[in-house]
Amino acid sequence: MRTLSAKRPPAPLHADMPARPVEVTAPEDSARERANHPGMRQAPPQPGEQDAATPAPASLPIKAQSTDLHFHYGKFHALRGITLPVYEHRITALIGPSGCGKSTFLRCFNRMHDLYADTRYGGSIILHPDNVNIVASGIDPILLRMRISMVFQKPNPFPKSIFENVAFGPRLRGVSKKRELQDEVEKALRGGAIWEETKDRLNDNAYRLSGGQQQRLCIARSLACDPEMILFDEPTSALDPSATLRIEELMRELRDKVTILVVTHNMHQASRVSDYTAFMYLGELVEFSPTARLFQTPAQKLTEEYITGRFG
Amino acid sequence: MSHAATSTMTARVASGRRSGSLTRTNVRLGERVAEALLLLAAVSSVAITVGIVGVLVFESVSFFRHVPLLDFLTQREWTPLFADAKFGIAPLVAGTLVTTLVALLLAVPVGTVVSMWLSEYAPRRVREWVKPALELLSAVPTVVYGYFALLLVIPALQWIASKVFSYDLPGSNMLGAGLVMGVMIVPYVASLSEDAMRSVPQNLREGAYAMGATRMQTAWKVVFPASISGVTAAYILAISRALGETMVVAIAAGNRPTLTANPLQPAQTITAFIVQVSLGDQQHGSIGYQSIFAAGLTLMLMTLVFNIAGFYLRRRFREAY
Repeated sequence: MRTLSAKRPPAPLHADMPARPVEVTAPEDSARERANHPGMRQAPPQPGEQDAATPAPASLPIKAQSTDLHFHYGKFHALRGITLPVYEHRITALIGPSGCGKSTFLRCFNRMHDLYADTRYGGSIILHPDNVNIVASGIDPILLRMRISMVFQKPNPFPKSIFENVAFGPRLRGVSKKRELQDEVEKALRGGAIWEETKDRLNDNAYRLSGGQQQRLCIARSLACDPEMILFDEPTSALDPSATLRIEELMRELRDKVTILVVTHNMHQASRVSDYTAFMYLGELVEFSPTARLFQTPAQKLTEEYITGRFG
Repeated sequence: MSHAATSTMTARVASGRRSGSLTRTNVRLGERVAEALLLLAAVSSVAITVGIVGVLVFESVSFFRHVPLLDFLTQREWTPLFADAKFGIAPLVAGTLVTTLVALLLAVPVGTVVSMWLSEYAPRRVREWVKPALELLSAVPTVVYGYFALLLVIPALQWIASKVFSYDLPGSNMLGAGLVMGVMIVPYVASLSEDAMRSVPQNLREGAYAMGATRMQTAWKVVFPASISGVTAAYILAISRALGETMVVAIAAGNRPTLTANPLQPAQTITAFIVQVSLGDQQHGSIGYQSIFAAGLTLMLMTLVFNIAGFYLRRRFREAY
């Protein structure tokens, strides 16, 4: 097992390896297991069957590959063998009815479940370019979270100033010079599309911002950690429509810099922002396709019933 | 409202399914009695407080007819029971402050660390045992703590002082009394601070962890500042407890008013003095008798000052979530 470093690998991503189609990236044993595992009802999109609009996955590098991922809360088997690629610099949306395991799946990527007792991972999520299984017990979740950050459902700024909120991540990483911190904070706030609104009030308490501003601050806060991937857990469900739209625009802008995995309750949101969509149901992956195709011509009947609002 | 809806309503009213007048006739006696009792309870607690303050002030006024306020505040000796009586409150205030300070120097850090451990580190099972056990400590009568100080802690301190520092520590001193008092208030600080820390929303912790914070960083950089308001309240309560504590200091601090800031010396606190006089045979209305009211008033004002200071500190450093 290779180790995970807290720093972003210096080499350009994938310079040393060819573009990986899904099948190649899975470790051998997992691939074998998957052959016996009928849990996934449709193979990931294959080259040649893509819409013209979306680039063929074969040419797309994979940031993280989940293979036969299982997760247990005590005796409850919450994820039942999820196999799903997360393409680099693309937005992948996870949709499905409440309790389908989409948030549980998302939280495996930064090992958030480790905070709670009696939880267990099985299978693998291989993170590239390190090519390590991040749900393995030998992985340090702290180092992992330094590289994969998260934005939560309800905006959760710390009860500190706007500046201190954004400086939190850099400080954890040992940045202590005032000048450097200021630069990092400004960069992150610009990245979070909230610099103009906050530049004159950096010392105000973050709780004086509106809900939508708080959520953009939280995005900025996670950007200040220079993540390779950001996990969004229903980031707009506590926001009004116009704030939602701003967050969605922001996610589209961020796509060039980071890989995004987003859980959403809102199918319109999935179709607006994401490049790929995965539909989950009862802890299993039902269908994974380029977003347009999943919504226009779903391959599974269950998917069709869900997206047409017949249940969920 | 649309016309149709209005007419339906009119129709319903007109049909008058429930007959009977809406005029106030029912007295609801039970309600009234309950209200009166609640009001009485509320009023009586206020009345008792006012009464106590009234008596303190009243008796103090007659005390200050005999003793000039300036003497009370500036003289360096407190000997109201002697023939050659001196009425400088300073030695008692010093004794009170020194024992309180010693107690806080122990209770605040220990209590804070214990509460942090309970709130952020201890597994749920352990916490469910430790916290009640800790709270049980506050059920120990303070007189027991007093003897604990006198018979165990101070002899131990004397042994250490003579062996390590070749210092002859008096058999009662403010250090021993203060330390035991500190042990006594650790449960208060720990329990109240833990409540404050645990009420910090989980999503703030998750936010910190999600950025790669360790448990320690989450605890001290996010949870502690967010709970500072409640934690300060715990400290203020600890100060009030220490200022007002009587038995431990009466037993173990030595009962001789001494103006000193050295905790190794014996001294008397305001409370210990009040006990001493109350137990004695001071004549009602004598100057010695009245002096305890002046001392009591001083103690109350000190507690009040700390409470007010705490209130402002809390507002100043508040990190509301």
